[in-house]
Amino acid sequence: MKPRFRLAAWIGGLGLLVAYPLAANDFWVQHVGGRTLGFGTIALSLVFLAAYTGMLSLAQMTVAGVAGYALAYCTAPIGGVAALLPWPAATLVALGCAVLASLAIGFVAVRTEGIYTLMITLAIAMGFYYLTLQNYVLFNGFDGFTQVPAPVVLGIAFERPRPFYYLCLAVAAACFVWVRTIVATPFGLALQALRDNPRRLRALGYPIGTLRVLAFGVAGLIAGLGGVLNVWLNASISPGSVGIDSTIDLLIAAVLGGLRRPAGAYAGAFVFTVVQSFAIKFVDPERFNTVIGLVFIAVVVFSPDGLIGMWSAIRRAARTATFKSGTVDPQATRDGGQTKKAGGNTHVHSQ
Amino acid sequence: MPFLAEINWRLFLTVSLNGLTLAALYFVVASGFTLIFGLMRVVNMAHGSLYLLGAYVGYEVSVATGSWGAALVCGAAAAAGVGVLLQFAFFGWMHGQDLRQALVAIGISIVLADLMLAHWGGTTYQLDLPAMFRSFTPIPVIHRYPTARLLLIGLAALIGLGLWLLLTRTRLGILIRAGVDDRGMLEALGINVPLVFLGVFAIGGALAGLAGVIGGSVLSISPGEDARYLLSSLIVVIVGGMGSILGAAIGAMLVAMAETYGLAYTPTYGIVYTFIVMVAVLAIRPRGLLGRAA
Repeated sequence: MKPRFRLAAWIGGLGLLVAYPLAANDFWVQHVGGRTLGFGTIALSLVFLAAYTGMLSLAQMTVAGVAGYALAYCTAPIGGVAALLPWPAATLVALGCAVLASLAIGFVAVRTEGIYTLMITLAIAMGFYYLTLQNYVLFNGFDGFTQVPAPVVLGIAFERPRPFYYLCLAVAAACFVWVRTIVATPFGLALQALRDNPRRLRALGYPIGTLRVLAFGVAGLIAGLGGVLNVWLNASISPGSVGIDSTIDLLIAAVLGGLRRPAGAYAGAFVFTVVQSFAIKFVDPERFNTVIGLVFIAVVVFSPDGLIGMWSAIRRAARTATFKSGTVDPQATRDGGQTKKAGGNTHVHSQ
Repeated sequence: MPFLAEINWRLFLTVSLNGLTLAALYFVVASGFTLIFGLMRVVNMAHGSLYLLGAYVGYEVSVATGSWGAALVCGAAAAAGVGVLLQFAFFGWMHGQDLRQALVAIGISIVLADLMLAHWGGTTYQLDLPAMFRSFTPIPVIHRYPTARLLLIGLAALIGLGLWLLLTRTRLGILIRAGVDDRGMLEALGINVPLVFLGVFAIGGALAGLAGVIGGSVLSISPGEDARYLLSSLIVVIVGGMGSILGAAIGAMLVAMAETYGLAYTPTYGIVYTFIVMVAVLAIRPRGLLGRAA
């Protein structure tokens, strides 16, 4: 009964996400939905590393930026900075660059542990930012790249809100499932063992440095995919996309959602995107950073596991309360499952 | 030898002195950062904000009083005060949770940066130095060099010497060094360790604020400098080894020289050399040149 309910909940959740564009306007579909899923995928790469390897990397926005810059370099020529490729090849190049960059960052970062990883990845992230700012040969300096076209496949233009949303949903779902699959493989289990007790794992003969670097490679591919989506959404990339603010935004989203579970990445990205989009109505847009900074401090101080941690705590408390009162309400449970299932049946693949 | 004649010695010497100036500034900022980490294992990600705050406060004081000395003292005091407040309100009770402390510090740096931007805007400021430092000093080959920059190098040397005296010749310094080696034993001896921690945060903050006022006089103050000096502090202590003052001096020298020569000779790849230095050091000594196992 338990696993079946869980499966129903997953299918229901996916159904809701698929049906979402039917009920929302273009802004909510593209700039909240699409952005959440793209940004959330980059956050997922951070959460994957934090949750299953114990390494908190602040260079994930950088890896996404590497993919974005590679894609822009290959598809949106500016002046002398150009190498025009068709979009499938350009996307492959972008993802390849992201994985290589992530492996390289991992190679440097895994020589250290704990808080040092945080410092080194932050240093790398900021170094890359200054490089994009200084360098005009590859990164076109301060201006970066503009008018990066989203591809058109079989007549479907992915720059339009709904196709873009479904593209993001497909990529995000694939990454999410991939992460959940990986952590159950021998490789994923070894990573978690490494997180819990590196010394013991080393004694068992595992190459712990190689495992960590490979984890960075996996995170690199995920961040690269998110970075590609991000560039297609904004149609541009500039040093600001990989700057300290973007790096910290990603960290805020991941910490808001919770660093323990993959779902936290998307939950955090959603809350962050909504707050960012609508905070203007309540606070001076210039002071957005103060608000989000204070929220971030509050989450770190009061709920270190973020929203997902809060949600789990509430569910645990509710379950304890239910067991205590001895009245499990099967009707409510079944209704919940069915309602979600009904949502799941309204697939809209025709779009 | 023909290739020696081709070198522009004047450019080379000017760049070297500029590098030395930057190294001096990096050392003062990073020494506070490394001191705080060495004793408390707190990675103070808000250190750059303390630098910038010190600079702004120093600027206001210098405009109000016209005294550069007062600006120096007030800038350092303001940063020290905020540092003490941070230790008191957040880092103290999170002791041992280094990642959480770092995250809170990042949050604080976001808020501080935004509030400072709200108050002082995006304008670039510069503090007025006393007239005697606004001149140029004659130096062979490059003819003349701004006295203020030479002053900065001298000040950094003085601060380094002062820190060394503080750590080796005073009771507070002895307590700090004992705390770095064995915090538990120090507590068992009846020392009020939380108070020592507050003191160290005050010193670390003051050093950041001091660097802010000096940097704001010799170079300039603008939003974004906080991130820049946080980055330099991070790299300096990663290279030099966390918790070591001498390491910070060596790290500052290597990093600033790599950056300055890089910018002068290959303008669009300047930052790359800094990272080559960092990666090279990490490859040989993962804990930095003078770092010790935690």
